[in-house]
Amino acid sequence: MNNDQGAFLAENSQSDAFVEFERVQKSYDGETLVVKDLNLKMPRGEFLTMLGPSGSGKTTCLMMLAGFETATYGDIRLDGRPINNIPPHKRGIGMVFQNYALFPHMTVAENLSFPLEVRKMGKSDREAKVKRALEMVQMGQFGGRRPSQLSGGQQQRIALARALVFEAELVLMDEPLGALDKQLREHMQFEIKRIADNLGITVVYVTHDQTEALTMSDRVAVFDDGRIQQLAPPDELYEAPQNSFVAQFIGENNTLDGIVTEMLSDRCIVRLDDGSLIDAKPVNVTSVGEKTRVSIRPERVETRIDRLGEGAHTIKAEVMEFIYMGDIFRTRLKVAGNEDFIIKTRNAPDQVRLEPGRQIEIGWLPADCRALDAT
Amino acid sequence: MTDKSSGPMLAADGTPLKRSLSRALRMQKVRALLLIAPLLLFVVLTFLAPIADMLFRSVENQIVSETLPKATLELADWDGDGLPSDAVYEATFFDLFAAAERKLHTRLGTRLNYEETGMSSLFRRTGRKLDDFGDVYLDQFKKVDRAWSKAAPWAEMMSDPDWLAGQEALGRGDAGPPFVLRAGMETLLPRTSDAYQTFARAMQEEDDNPADEKPWATVHIALAEDLATQDVSTYTGPGKDRLQATAALVGSADFETLDYTAMFLDINDNWGDTDVWRTIKLYSPAYTSGYFLNAVDMQLTPDGPEWRDEREQIYGLLFKRTLYMSLVITLSCIMLGYPVAWLLANLPTRQSNLLMILVLLPFWTSLLVRTSAWKVMLQQQGVVNDVLVWLSIVPDDARLALINNQTGTIIAMTHILLPFMILPMYSVMQTIPPTYLRAAKSLGATNWTAFWRVYFPQSVPGIGAGSILVFILAIGYYITPAIVGGTSGTFISNRIAYHISSSGNWGLGAALGALLLAAVLILYWAYDRIVGIDNVKLGG
Ligand SMILES: Nc1ncnc2c1ncn2[C@@H]1O[C@H](COP(=O)(O)OP(=O)(O)OP(=O)(O)O)[C@@H](O)[C@H]1O
Ligand SMILES: [Mg+2]
Repeated sequence: MNNDQGAFLAENSQSDAFVEFERVQKSYDGETLVVKDLNLKMPRGEFLTMLGPSGSGKTTCLMMLAGFETATYGDIRLDGRPINNIPPHKRGIGMVFQNYALFPHMTVAENLSFPLEVRKMGKSDREAKVKRALEMVQMGQFGGRRPSQLSGGQQQRIALARALVFEAELVLMDEPLGALDKQLREHMQFEIKRIADNLGITVVYVTHDQTEALTMSDRVAVFDDGRIQQLAPPDELYEAPQNSFVAQFIGENNTLDGIVTEMLSDRCIVRLDDGSLIDAKPVNVTSVGEKTRVSIRPERVETRIDRLGEGAHTIKAEVMEFIYMGDIFRTRLKVAGNEDFIIKTRNAPDQVRLEPGRQIEIGWLPADCRALDAT
Repeated sequence: MTDKSSGPMLAADGTPLKRSLSRALRMQKVRALLLIAPLLLFVVLTFLAPIADMLFRSVENQIVSETLPKATLELADWDGDGLPSDAVYEATFFDLFAAAERKLHTRLGTRLNYEETGMSSLFRRTGRKLDDFGDVYLDQFKKVDRAWSKAAPWAEMMSDPDWLAGQEALGRGDAGPPFVLRAGMETLLPRTSDAYQTFARAMQEEDDNPADEKPWATVHIALAEDLATQDVSTYTGPGKDRLQATAALVGSADFETLDYTAMFLDINDNWGDTDVWRTIKLYSPAYTSGYFLNAVDMQLTPDGPEWRDEREQIYGLLFKRTLYMSLVITLSCIMLGYPVAWLLANLPTRQSNLLMILVLLPFWTSLLVRTSAWKVMLQQQGVVNDVLVWLSIVPDDARLALINNQTGTIIAMTHILLPFMILPMYSVMQTIPPTYLRAAKSLGATNWTAFWRVYFPQSVPGIGAGSILVFILAIGYYITPAIVGGTSGTFISNRIAYHISSSGNWGLGAALGALLLAAVLILYWAYDRIVGIDNVKLGG
């Protein structure tokens, strides 16, 4: 960091959080809150993804951080220092836009050199940095081209290089891979992650592709309705969703509605709508009589009970539909009145294919069956 | 198709694929052409044809050789030194006489007056006096036979009997079929035949019967000349005695002949001026560069083109002023229009719609009204001056001259042409997404740098389109400079209008117009080379 942002970032680092949102609210029209109560702390070097449905306020949060929108209420701090009144160009935050926003009238090299020029860097320094940045994204020989002469993936790399070339410590990316096809997207996910790790930069990444969020991030913030529903590492998010929304939003999920009839120390008993009783792990149910929705991941359901250890819970089911998907089998069952209960089984040599109409018995470990809020 | 793989591809019915494709496409093309036919016709008739006519008029100069056919032929041999030979004066006499009878000499005088002042009155006066001089011969002929002064004897002698018989049946005011010369007359009396034919044709053009009209003096003169050289003893037609008696008179020593040179000098001293003859000779070709030379303050001289006198050079100044003022107007339009276009493109829809209506409002008012309004605003006792005086910015006795000069033209035309600058700029700016500015700022650029390095370059195509539009409109503008420009604020187009509607010098007007057209095309070409016409966008 040889610019003035670096200086100010370094002098105020008594707080351990590098980026901090505290009780931030945002309203565009003065009538509805788009961001309702945002609290977030990010340590230096973290790769954090904001994931959520369209309109949940992700871009708005990013724009507030970048300085293009002002928070209606609350504080945003960068390295311990409030930045509400610092204009965007002084924040020193790198940004990758969804449509890349590469300047069409400049060549690739000029695009990359722009942030260095406005920082009044010497010509030779600039050239060296541009060259290094282009090599980092493996676009070394494209410096003389115009953005319109590049493919979507190449433009994406250049946009990334431009956000990194002035050595920002914090880089924001708003759905940077949204316009790319699946294969290229997967490749770029890997690439971005690699570069971010190498440089040790802090990244706030916005997407509504959950696979992207899970594979790339250190932590994922799931947004809905202007609030963070859960902020956790990917595995925790997937395996231990805090509420029904997160459980539904992340990955595939089976739900069974019921009422809590008994609270024990580490588990609860839920009576399902058809009267059967199951064990579940209480997550956000607290009292007997409460309505609940239990959630079980399809791949945690076993058709061969003998494989499950002690304490497994079993229930009867009817096969509705069998779908062959190559590596896995996907079977739709009717369980406790729910006809959309999906299970996934590996295409192993000893696995049987279940014909529709067959009555079987399935089971799961109570720890995998989470009693969440009913919405 | 396997057995014919080497031949051309065939369609299902066996015709070559290319041919059946082009037949299918032809129908589409014909239909498309029919759709645009009305517009095409309209454009060709009302736009391309007048332009072609204008370009043609700027070099066309047939009036001299048409009015003075014989004289221009004779002048070809004249070296331009001293006075031309008597033959030239003689030819001029015949040409001018015929022209004067048909009232064409004044037109020629006007035309030549553009090149040499005094020509118009010279031709007018000469035409009036020619008659008096031609009578020298008739007076002598009448002494032989008074019949020479009548119409019928001449007609009987000169015309074909069958034609003449036909003419007698005609009523007054009927010219009859074209005049036919008596067989053999051509060789017997060549000049007389020529002169009589010219006369007859002129009469018939005016719907008069040549058989009832007394011949012109030119016929008498031609006869005298013929009789001096031709042998008429073989002639046996009507009036043979009269002809032979007259031949004897012409042959006799006391027959008085006409000295053309002396006659012309007698009519007007200017016919002894070499410059008059030089001018006629210079403009005798059917096409001339003279108009164009005039349009660039030069003139045609026997030694080639030369600059005009300093004091007479006006067009160069006018062209320069037109270009300079158009440039100033274009620049002021850019300065005033850019922020407005920016607002139009960036305000919320409701406000930008309102602003757009304000921009378009002037279009709903007549151009004349708008220009006249500026007269009210800018005159010495006008609104602007009143306000300035009231604010004590200018003293009452030194009110600003804002109208009838360049300032007035620039102010009024900037106002009138502003929408033509704003609209193309707006439509280009509308396509520049706001994320570019955000991106630039996130990269560390201040507001100004982001605008200047990122937004402005992308809006240049709009400035280009607007500038071309405004500049080209300005360069040919006419009404506004005419109303508010006074003398120092008029454009070249005002001069063109003057030549077309007041001075009648269409050739010069056309040449000035052609130069203006060329200037616009050159600028357009230069713009294409420097900026690239692909970079001009009128919309998305
Ligand atoms: N400039 C604005 N003016 C008014 N309302 C806005 C503005 N920008 C966003 N909104 C509203 O704020 C809400 C959140 O928008 P935001 O762009 O943050 O969503 P997002 O999570 O980024 O969605 P997406 O995934 O579709 O990009 C939306 O309801 C949107 O209509
Ligand atoms: Mg968004």
